[in-house]
Amino acid sequence: MSTVTDTTLTPQPSGGTRAAARDRAGHFSELRLSGISRAYGAHVALHPLDLTIRGGEFIALLGPSGCGKTTALNSIAGLLPLTAGSIELDGRRIDTLPPERRGFGMVFQNYALFPHLTVRANVAFGLKMQKRPKAEIKQRVEDVLKLVRLTEHAHKHPGQLSGGQQQRVAIARAIVLEPPLVLMDEPLSNLDAALRLDMRAEIRRIHQEFGLTTLYVTHDQEEALSLADRLVVLDSGHVAQIGTPAELYESPASAYVAAFMGYRNILTLTVDSVTADAVRASRGGISLLGKPSAGASVAEGSEVQAAIRPEDVRIVGGDGADTTAGHSGVFDAVAEIVEYHGRTFHIDALTAAGDRVHLRTDQRVAPGDPLRLTAAAERVLVFPGIAPLPETGADE
Amino acid sequence: MSTLTTEPSVAPPEPTRTALRHRMAERGVDRTLLLLLPGVVAVIALFVYPFVYGLQLSFQPQGVNAHGGVFASYSAFFHDKFARGSIGTTFYLAIPASLINVGFAVPISYRMRSDFRGKRLLLTILVVPITLGTVLTAEGIIEYFGPVGWFNSTIQWLHLSNHPLTLTNNYWGVLFSLIISGFPFAFLLTHSYLSGIHPSLEKAAATLGAGWWQRFRHVTFPLLLPGLLTTFCLTFVLAFTVFPSAMMVGDPDGKTHVISIEAYEQALQKFNYSQGCAIAMVMTALMFAVIGVAMALRSRLYTGSTGGKG
Repeated sequence: MSTVTDTTLTPQPSGGTRAAARDRAGHFSELRLSGISRAYGAHVALHPLDLTIRGGEFIALLGPSGCGKTTALNSIAGLLPLTAGSIELDGRRIDTLPPERRGFGMVFQNYALFPHLTVRANVAFGLKMQKRPKAEIKQRVEDVLKLVRLTEHAHKHPGQLSGGQQQRVAIARAIVLEPPLVLMDEPLSNLDAALRLDMRAEIRRIHQEFGLTTLYVTHDQEEALSLADRLVVLDSGHVAQIGTPAELYESPASAYVAAFMGYRNILTLTVDSVTADAVRASRGGISLLGKPSAGASVAEGSEVQAAIRPEDVRIVGGDGADTTAGHSGVFDAVAEIVEYHGRTFHIDALTAAGDRVHLRTDQRVAPGDPLRLTAAAERVLVFPGIAPLPETGADE
Repeated sequence: MSTLTTEPSVAPPEPTRTALRHRMAERGVDRTLLLLLPGVVAVIALFVYPFVYGLQLSFQPQGVNAHGGVFASYSAFFHDKFARGSIGTTFYLAIPASLINVGFAVPISYRMRSDFRGKRLLLTILVVPITLGTVLTAEGIIEYFGPVGWFNSTIQWLHLSNHPLTLTNNYWGVLFSLIISGFPFAFLLTHSYLSGIHPSLEKAAATLGAGWWQRFRHVTFPLLLPGLLTTFCLTFVLAFTVFPSAMMVGDPDGKTHVISIEAYEQALQKFNYSQGCAIAMVMTALMFAVIGVAMALRSRLYTGSTGGKG
């Protein structure tokens, strides 16, 4: 059911500064997940998932809460037994090993730092379990603390640190063992917005400098797009799409994926006419020309979902001047909520049929203003059928 | 100070009142302190007053000690070898009983953290002894472990021994009764301490390569230890003041002549209230000493949040 997309850009770890560390890190060439699934009684939390992760890749598992992404992560870590499927690391089957013998690093959503140990002891914990020589432990802990910029906090207890610092301790603790794979479970969700941006860059930097392979779980599409080499979008335990950020962003496979990728306007329409590369569909005063999504076939009279990004919805000039060739069709709406965002306004408008349309514009618009709206036909994606959409909230 | 907070409606001039109330509030003095009142009254009436009364009584020797000076009741106790020996006897019972209670509570509550079939039933069975008084427990022990009780009948039926094991009216009877009545407390406390430790900590330790013993040894146990010391103190106090079971299943020859029996005999059989009180004071001092040691140890440990967020 799900496809393994092997159109990966092999990421090049930047710079040679950490070459030694990279060489030490447990590299592998591929981790193959074959049909892994997990059921709780009759409830299937994760439907069979196939995915091949290459060494050095940054993979994001994206989906709303309850879509099975944390289940997938815990199953790979060995914290949850699989119901079916197998996990192979370079041909060696590892899904029957307990978590302590898999050797994957894990960063928990709540960090799960040992509160009774200092930062240094937290980071040294894994090395101590491996009974490494004291001098080596000391050296490696110092190195990794320098990498996450926590050297001056090494003597503190986790309770004395800020959220972002705790998070970096959690990362340091996981990567000091140089695990073949680092699993991160929504590591940024407990941080405030500004810190989240900083830590996002930090995680990418550590991933590159250490030459890690990372599997990152998140519900935030922006986080996933900006960090990952490849994304896996999950929809209630099923794989909705696997691909590079560009693939998912440009050609989402379904309205569900589109909604995740910033297509905030998803309108349910009925097909009027179908040509080779265009579909015209309408309902309640809206008539749009759109591009059918790749590989999809729509029949006249069937119901479809048309997805448009807010930035692709344009206001037609007051004099009806926008006569851009290839536009999709014009429809009317009334501005309801206008948010000021510096250079642009974000507008929520309501059509006569009661559809809510989100758009961005640099024109000054006041709530209650009537608007004529349009979008370029190649910017309107048409998906057959009506699929339930994720509750992603805002697109920011 | 307290009148100001208990009756804020009594009005000094407006500006000073506000200022004073704010100043009080900054020192943590406000009307919610009134919530302490019932507790304070109860403690004073039921504990402080009897304690102080007993304390002064212990310094007023009576009977044979009447002319021996202020400390005569104490010196009489310490000079009587049999009476003095009750201290050792009590420790010899209370320390093993508390250690066994806490020791058993740890693995059982560790297992009880996860869900399994029959967990509720097991929990009920473990906790029910709380509802039985010590007298009922002692009765049960006599019936069950007695020379013709079920236990010995079974042993003999299985030909494991040809004469009945003596498990009542001696040290073992009292120890069993202390374990039966003290274990539920130890278990409930340990169970709640353990459930306060976030499960993700052990998961994190597992992903860092720690096996189950290492996870317990380096993560769970250090976080649980302060709670275990508190639990130890409570079960120790319960065991140290053992009285009914020591009377009923204890050794009539005096091998389980614990300190509370000594105090009881002095006060209510020999009618020497002063010496009875003196013994009670010695008992209190000994308990404080043990609790003090345990708390001193505890203060050296990490006692902060164990909620996993650090």
